[in-house]
Amino acid sequence: MSTRRSVLVATLAALSAFALSPAQAQTKTDFKVAWSIYVGWMPWGYAADHGIVQKWADKYGITIEVTQFNDYVESINQYTVGAYDAVTLTNMDGLSIPAEGGVDTTAVIVGDFSAGNDAVILKDSDNLADIAGRNVNLVEFSVSHYLLARALESVGLSERDLKVVNTADPDMVGAFQTPDVTAMVTWNPMVSEILALPGANNVFDSSDIPGEIIDLMVANTAVLADNPDFGKALAGIWYETAALLTADTAEGAAARAAMGAASGTDQAGYEAQLTATRLFDQPADAVAFVTSPALETTMDHVRTFLFEKGLLGAGGSSPDAVGIEFPGGTVMGDAGNVAFRFTDTYMKLAADGAL
Amino acid sequence: MRLVNVRPDRTVRLMLGLLPFVLLVMAYVIGSAARLAENPNDKLLPALSTLAQTINTLAFVPDARTGNYILWTDTLASLTRLAWGLGISTASALVIGLVTGILPVARAALAPVVTFVSMVPPLALLPILFIVLGLGEVSKIALIVIGVTPIMARDLALAAAALPREQIVKAETLSASSWLIACRVVLPQILPRLIDSLRLQLGPAFLFLIAAEAISADAGLGYRIFLVRRYLAMDVIFPYVAWITLLSVLIDIGLSTLRRRLFPWSEMAR
Repeated sequence: MSTRRSVLVATLAALSAFALSPAQAQTKTDFKVAWSIYVGWMPWGYAADHGIVQKWADKYGITIEVTQFNDYVESINQYTVGAYDAVTLTNMDGLSIPAEGGVDTTAVIVGDFSAGNDAVILKDSDNLADIAGRNVNLVEFSVSHYLLARALESVGLSERDLKVVNTADPDMVGAFQTPDVTAMVTWNPMVSEILALPGANNVFDSSDIPGEIIDLMVANTAVLADNPDFGKALAGIWYETAALLTADTAEGAAARAAMGAASGTDQAGYEAQLTATRLFDQPADAVAFVTSPALETTMDHVRTFLFEKGLLGAGGSSPDAVGIEFPGGTVMGDAGNVAFRFTDTYMKLAADGAL
Repeated sequence: MRLVNVRPDRTVRLMLGLLPFVLLVMAYVIGSAARLAENPNDKLLPALSTLAQTINTLAFVPDARTGNYILWTDTLASLTRLAWGLGISTASALVIGLVTGILPVARAALAPVVTFVSMVPPLALLPILFIVLGLGEVSKIALIVIGVTPIMARDLALAAAALPREQIVKAETLSASSWLIACRVVLPQILPRLIDSLRLQLGPAFLFLIAAEAISADAGLGYRIFLVRRYLAMDVIFPYVAWITLLSVLIDIGLSTLRRRLFPWSEMAR
């Protein structure tokens, strides 16, 4: 009888095999990193293709498999269910997807912040206030949505004054050319293409809220705690590649051309996007950024936005449900449920040349 | 007794039919419990109680921002698009199918183009539709029409052509005109096939609808799934998938009943 029951249990266990097990915290040597195409994340792909990842992984005696995702959201979802140890994402998506989903996540590297890569674009008007009453096409709940909320705040409007229409990002450029689309919020490379069209006006962009849309490389906190070498290797890869990327040499130009080609543009197009990006190629700058009090203000804006949209602390009555830890140990929100952490540990090691 | 001769009675049949569903639910519950034990905030396989709570919020609690009941607003938006798309498809397929089925001249003119169009993968046309027709309702309905009409039209033309030639000759000896033959001999006999054809196209029609809603919309079943996918909100996605499946099954049963009521004689042909 008991045998039969155990057969049944085994069958059910097999059936439930689709329940992937979350990333297990233990010492290990094989790591998986996911990234997707964006100006500030192209260095990861370049580093993987040009042996920089291999070099740093070998130095710490580990292997790092770097996978490019064509779909940004899918890469975050795969990280959240535990299929990857680290992923590239923005501060807002890191808080609302893995952290809200109970996956304790640490920002290993602050790679850059958007300083113009995200923009609110109006047709036939250069006054942001004219957005009132229009249909606004954007990817709902993305950083575009956040940028719109911040833009509306700046002119005393709210989302009630307009109508948001969810539109997929690959279709933005085409959509802007149809007559019924008159307002749009999107990011580069679409922004530069759309602004080149007649009648398109940039009325608000991320350089108006500097340092609020931050692009990170995050890793599972438990994996990182058990394997600090993984974090060190990531920092080593990033700063070596970033130095190459910003170098005013033939090698630097070749790297920018390669990253431009990989993101569907060319060297000039990629360099134009870089000017709208505050890239942290010096670890000391990133350490200063992540330890400044401004980051706490930013995260408070972000979590309030997410809470108002029902994306954070679901069912709770305040955005405090998910705790956010800053370097030095300050916690914003529930200290018993810290799931999103900023740290300067690895960037500091890079700044001190201790990698 | 040989296995091929074992016939389960009604009760056993019912139980055997339910077994796969029960196993699926049990596998889900076990998987969900295992994941939640490890991480209480896990979103991939929410507990049944979470699912029930979310369904309640979606269906019976007005949305704080808009005051709408999300599930019903989405369902209404999607079913309206589906009804327009399938309505236009059915009407045009009937006309094209009838004409090409009985008039050799029309067949010569239309059959190649209908065959050609039916081979165009509709989803590949989506970017073009959005540019030409805008992001509004028209492009979504057009996608359904383009995807479904040619196949239904070809199906009906085949059904019309398969009618015994003797029937047409007989009607002619009774001095019926082409118009009368079309209306009184062919049309009644292909109408049951039209309904069956529509039933078979329900699946593809939903596929096109969801694909179009995923790209640009402010309400709809496909819109919601692709919106909350961003937040791995499986507690919304699972009920929506089940709801879409249930809607399809209900529409299918409804159409099947309609055919039996309207054309009871067509049952004998099977």
